[in-house]
Amino acid sequence: MTKTLTHLERLEAEAIHIMREVVAEADKPVMLYSVGKDSAVMLHLARKAFYPSPPPFPLLHIDTTWKFKAMYALREKAARDAGMELLVHQNPEAIARGINPFDHGSLHTDMWKTEGLKQALDKYGFDVAFGGARRDEEKSRAKERIFSFRTATHIWDPKNQRPELWNLYNARKAKAESIRVFPISNWTELDIWQYIHLENIEIVPLYFSAPRPTVTRDGMLLMIDDDRFPLKDGEVPVESSIRFRTLGCYPLTGAVVSHAATLPEIIQEMLLTTTSERQGRAIDHDQAASMEKKKQEGYF
Amino acid sequence: MSPVTTDQVIYKTDDLIASDIDAYLNVHQHKSLLRFITCGSVDDGKSTLIGRLLYDSKMIFEDQLAALESDSKRMGTQGQDIDFALLVDGLAAEREQGITIDVAYRFFATEKRKFIVADCPGHEQYTRNMVTGASTADLAVILIDARKGVLVQTRRHSYLVHLLGIRNIVLAVNKMDLINYDQAKYDAIVAEYTAFASSIGISDFTAMPISGFKGDNITERSVHMPYYVGQPLIAHLETVALDNDADQAKPLRMPVQWVNRPNLDFRGFSGQIATGILRPGDAIRVLPSGKTSTIQKIVTLDGELSEAVAGQSVTLCFADEIDCSRGDVIAAADNPPEVSDQFESTIVWMADEALTPGRAYWLKLGTQTVSATVQSPKYTINVNNMEHLAAKTLELNAIGVAEILTDKPIVFEPYANNRVLGGFILIDKISNATVAAGMLHFSLRRAQNVHWQATDIGREAHAALKNQKPKILWFTGLSGSGKSTIANEVEKTLNLLNRHTFLLDGDNIRHGLNKDLGFTETDRIENIRRVGEVAKLMADAGLIVLTAFISPFRAERDMVRAMMPEGEFVEIFVDTPLEVAEARDVKGLYKKARAGQLKNFTGIDSPYEPPENPDIRVNTVEMTPAEAAEHIVRQLMPLK
Repeated sequence: MTKTLTHLERLEAEAIHIMREVVAEADKPVMLYSVGKDSAVMLHLARKAFYPSPPPFPLLHIDTTWKFKAMYALREKAARDAGMELLVHQNPEAIARGINPFDHGSLHTDMWKTEGLKQALDKYGFDVAFGGARRDEEKSRAKERIFSFRTATHIWDPKNQRPELWNLYNARKAKAESIRVFPISNWTELDIWQYIHLENIEIVPLYFSAPRPTVTRDGMLLMIDDDRFPLKDGEVPVESSIRFRTLGCYPLTGAVVSHAATLPEIIQEMLLTTTSERQGRAIDHDQAASMEKKKQEGYF
Repeated sequence: MSPVTTDQVIYKTDDLIASDIDAYLNVHQHKSLLRFITCGSVDDGKSTLIGRLLYDSKMIFEDQLAALESDSKRMGTQGQDIDFALLVDGLAAEREQGITIDVAYRFFATEKRKFIVADCPGHEQYTRNMVTGASTADLAVILIDARKGVLVQTRRHSYLVHLLGIRNIVLAVNKMDLINYDQAKYDAIVAEYTAFASSIGISDFTAMPISGFKGDNITERSVHMPYYVGQPLIAHLETVALDNDADQAKPLRMPVQWVNRPNLDFRGFSGQIATGILRPGDAIRVLPSGKTSTIQKIVTLDGELSEAVAGQSVTLCFADEIDCSRGDVIAAADNPPEVSDQFESTIVWMADEALTPGRAYWLKLGTQTVSATVQSPKYTINVNNMEHLAAKTLELNAIGVAEILTDKPIVFEPYANNRVLGGFILIDKISNATVAAGMLHFSLRRAQNVHWQATDIGREAHAALKNQKPKILWFTGLSGSGKSTIANEVEKTLNLLNRHTFLLDGDNIRHGLNKDLGFTETDRIENIRRVGEVAKLMADAGLIVLTAFISPFRAERDMVRAMMPEGEFVEIFVDTPLEVAEARDVKGLYKKARAGQLKNFTGIDSPYEPPENPDIRVNTVEMTPAEAAEHIVRQLMPLK
């Protein structure tokens, strides 16, 4: 009797296989943890891959100090529940210079995230870092390998990627070189939501609709998460029923007006909406092919 | 999660999302997964077809569509119409060139299945990309431009798809709209392809006339082609048999990835089941050791399973404490796979630097990584006309049949039976690049019939009688660096210290054992391999062996190091700058090489790769040979 595996069962098995390969072959792996829904799925998969052992690597959060408060709250709890060490890195130079999303534009992302990530990987000597990027998110991701090789200076060369055949991954590298590994490369946004629903995975409440203080600026609906949000002349916070499809730094993350308060409602809304997920992120609109450029520089 | 049969009612997605999201989710969570590749050239309309599949399955959002419309006007090739190809051409540089140059993965879903599409380019130089995309596919869509018919590239793609073992092939005759949906032309193309396909061993394929641009026979049967009575493309993709299901009918194979040992009471073996089904109580055999036990339980975070099938990642506990670690294969006790160290294989070369026959590469197969050498190819295959050609090596994108030798036996199955235990990659030991992919066909009888004969007087006994620790002192350096002179001085000193030694000198060995070898890269590697084997035998006899060979390549020095127990291989770098060695020119060889009378001379027209971390380094500019020898002997103390 044949039991046809569902697409989610096969995606799960693939991700677990990838995580175990890394643990078997890497010297010092780490899992990048951003507290978002993709990170939540990654963490859940890691627990499954190594059960009954706890995942044999720490979680690393590259903090910008500008995440939503609700994200910081879940971060601590999730690590504790999984029995994993949580490392938090904040770029000291960005702290010293007071880099923030209101005054510094794309420098904010560059300093806190790109530079912060490189600093943290160097500081702890991690040779393999798991990331939750998916190939459906953005066009340049579609061609990135699951094991994505970085030079000693963290550079990605899209023309010089290792061919990836069958389920054989080449994790060999020279000293100081590193690999970013994306176990959920083949998942789509719908797969992620469906899996969260099926597996009952805890996610940040901001994904669910609730009345929240907002302003509309440059066409984006922003939530006022704390008193660091400088209001411009004429801006008055309005309470709206909103939720987030993607979570980043709160001043850079656009909300959508929504009444979806349960996972099935979120999925329903997602399937009936007509804009793609990354629309809510300011980072992609900077310039054409902006993600590809950022990735070559070392952004995840 | 229970399986869905194709007889079941399939809900219409759009309506259901709005009216009953729970019912929709129920349908979605029971979808199966099909991975396929599309093969065709830039002009066959491949990107357009994929863009069309995404568009028709509503995987394109409004903002993407808006961007697409503006891009289509700016740089599209379809006039004012939407250019679907722009949807899938990813990287900026490639988009500007108007071509896709790598494997890209796309996703879409219908009511029945989720699809992962490997988008593979059609250019001749990108064989490696197509092989990569085909390695994980259940099905291949081979695109033909109806105006052009079966081309050289059609043959090439079909051959590669067949080579990678894809059993489901769709021949999509595209751009039918441009030939007025002409049945006679379509039939002629299918007839020509049928003849070709059977000549290379493809016994079955599904042909269909389509237009990716106009949407004919994509989601619904085209009104323009009543002569076509088969399913439209999407319906075919939704119902074709999955490899994953077929794998369950094969005997159990699970390569062990990781041993799960959270505490002394639990010892589990983690891996992804390659083929077969397993249940608690099943008798298993661990390869290569051959030890047997039974499955005690299948452990997951969600509780113990009563059954696990091919494709699932699981953790197993055995009823007995038997040795099992990463690289081993858990198999059906009564039907285990073979173990061997010599194979016939087909190899696809994927690196700019050509294969060096005889050089040691890492071979990764399943979860096993071993050192392996590839012999000179028996022949290469011209993928355009399937002719066999004689060849000494494999260049980028070449496909050849060659013997492979591994340094220890590995568990395998013929690729035709099992992709996981028959497919392998080769990794360059210095650059760490993935340089080739290959498929094992069968083991060579030699390995099966030659067994290692154990002897009673071992290497320890030999060494103990001589009251010394055996070593290989491996001198490497440019011609004229002073290797032989210094090695000779070292041996004299060791002799005075009552050590049992033997000096293997490069020139001397080439007078006898290696007189059949020249100075090409391949011959140099064989030269070092033989010297390494001889030195190892002498070390086994208890001797301190000194070798004085240029030995220019790191990979071969590392190969000899790997043959020896830890600490017994001492790499001594006789460090002399090229100018100094050339100025000395004791044998007049540099002069000849500069004059072009001597080919492949190290330092002149053949590279020397200096050791990165030699055990001992001597600088012959600052030291005399006697001083260098004294320095070396001091580093070697104590010798017992």
